[in-house]
Amino acid sequence: MDDMKKMVLDYVKREYLEEDDDREVTETTKLISGGIVDSFSMVSLKRFLEKKYGIRIPDADATPEAFDTVNTIVDLVNRFKKS
Amino acid sequence: MAYGDSARSIYQTEIKGIRDAGIFKQERYIHAPQGAEIVVEFPPGSPVKKVINMCANNYLGLSSHPEVIKAAHEGLDCRGYGMSSVRFICGTQDIHRQLENKLTEFLGTEDTLLFPSCMDANAGVFEAILSDKDVMIADRLVHASIVDGMRLCKAMQDTFKHSDMGHLEEKLQEHQDKRFRMIITDGVFSMDGDIVKLDQIVALAEKYDAMVCVDDSHASGFIGKTGRGSHEHCGVVGKIDIITTTLGKALGGASGGCMSGRRELVELCRQKARPYLFSNTVAPVIVYGAIKVLDLISQTTERRDKLEWNTKYWRKLLTEAGFDLKEGDSPIVPVMLYNAKLAQDVARDLYDEGIYAVGFFFPVVPKGAARIRTQLSAAHEKAHLDAAGAAFVKVSKKYKILGKGKKEIIEMYGM
Repeated sequence: MDDMKKMVLDYVKREYLEEDDDREVTETTKLISGGIVDSFSMVSLKRFLEKKYGIRIPDADATPEAFDTVNTIVDLVNRFKKS
Repeated sequence: MAYGDSARSIYQTEIKGIRDAGIFKQERYIHAPQGAEIVVEFPPGSPVKKVINMCANNYLGLSSHPEVIKAAHEGLDCRGYGMSSVRFICGTQDIHRQLENKLTEFLGTEDTLLFPSCMDANAGVFEAILSDKDVMIADRLVHASIVDGMRLCKAMQDTFKHSDMGHLEEKLQEHQDKRFRMIITDGVFSMDGDIVKLDQIVALAEKYDAMVCVDDSHASGFIGKTGRGSHEHCGVVGKIDIITTTLGKALGGASGGCMSGRRELVELCRQKARPYLFSNTVAPVIVYGAIKVLDLISQTTERRDKLEWNTKYWRKLLTEAGFDLKEGDSPIVPVMLYNAKLAQDVARDLYDEGIYAVGFFFPVVPKGAARIRTQLSAAHEKAHLDAAGAAFVKVSKKYKILGKGKKEIIEMYGM
């Protein structure tokens, strides 16, 4: 697993899972449609990514679909890192 | 025609999707005043049926109290039916200010502003007092109206894990560069029934220079020794900057709400909060009724004491029978069933047994955390609870879930 995936995965686990939560979260786990992250608390993930990678993700691109798995999140970050 | 076949078809498909997902909400028609026993027509067109109500927010049993009804009649006679105005044009009567003063005294704050509902108070308060220089940090399980209110505000949004003080502290540290930090929470969380750790939140707010806003809709009137709310329960009366609450639950149950707190914040909401500025004043009948409610509960704690007794008795009854309950001290007692279909089936069978209780499941609660939320009332007598308890046992035996915990129920029925 590359560094960015690991970084995002670690953040998701730390930020959204309770200590007693034994659900396994991987890069393909559905975060939003799977009920782990709700749209209300998604904002902290967006802010983390922007700060960490020095990018700005427009609200129009910060959709529940784009934030639904670690893989799609990494794709989104890479898109804005390049542009 | 703008609303043509295409629009109709799209909306019909969406409604079908809601039905297919099993989350279609259907109203039950009640042919009686609110109370411990009600007469219900469900499904529509069915013969009416008398049932014990275990799902109302009528915590103090004042929704149909004779003295409250009498006061409402007086209000109708003395101040009329409606005001046909927002507050600041010609919708403020002497009694509106009188009620605000009584709420201020009851809640132990500096001033109060009435709103048409607590939903409106929550929708208006953040936008009126915070700007893009500020941050709102909310518990992740706050009520939907707070989520909506935060979305209407330009301040940065953040959240902390439910009731996790360590996580809240991290967030407060992270946002020290903001002009204001506002911690936002419910007093009693409506789905789990747990009470906020408000003493710890106030300590963190003092340490990190933050304001505190509490929605005490499921607490005002009965939580705390004299029913003032979660701030009384946690020993921090006078230290909460904003309390939003409702008149639509324990405090008479009609409608209306308020924000109460620091004088300047209340004044700013009076000047700027849009749901206050642009919707009608609370009707005189409700104002009279609410004043009577506050008089009644300020004279004696008899009703909140009875509610406390009922809550303890109900918890004991269900625990001894082998139900899996969410821990807590509030009159919201969730019976955990974990599986959405099981929660719906049990609720349906309870209704057949003469008990009205509702199943809650995703997206209202997290996936795999479906439950039946029971709510106690001071209107309940011991006989009501005994009958409801017997019905819960009978129905649960059918599904073989008595004495079973989370793991076993999920093994039997799935998440």
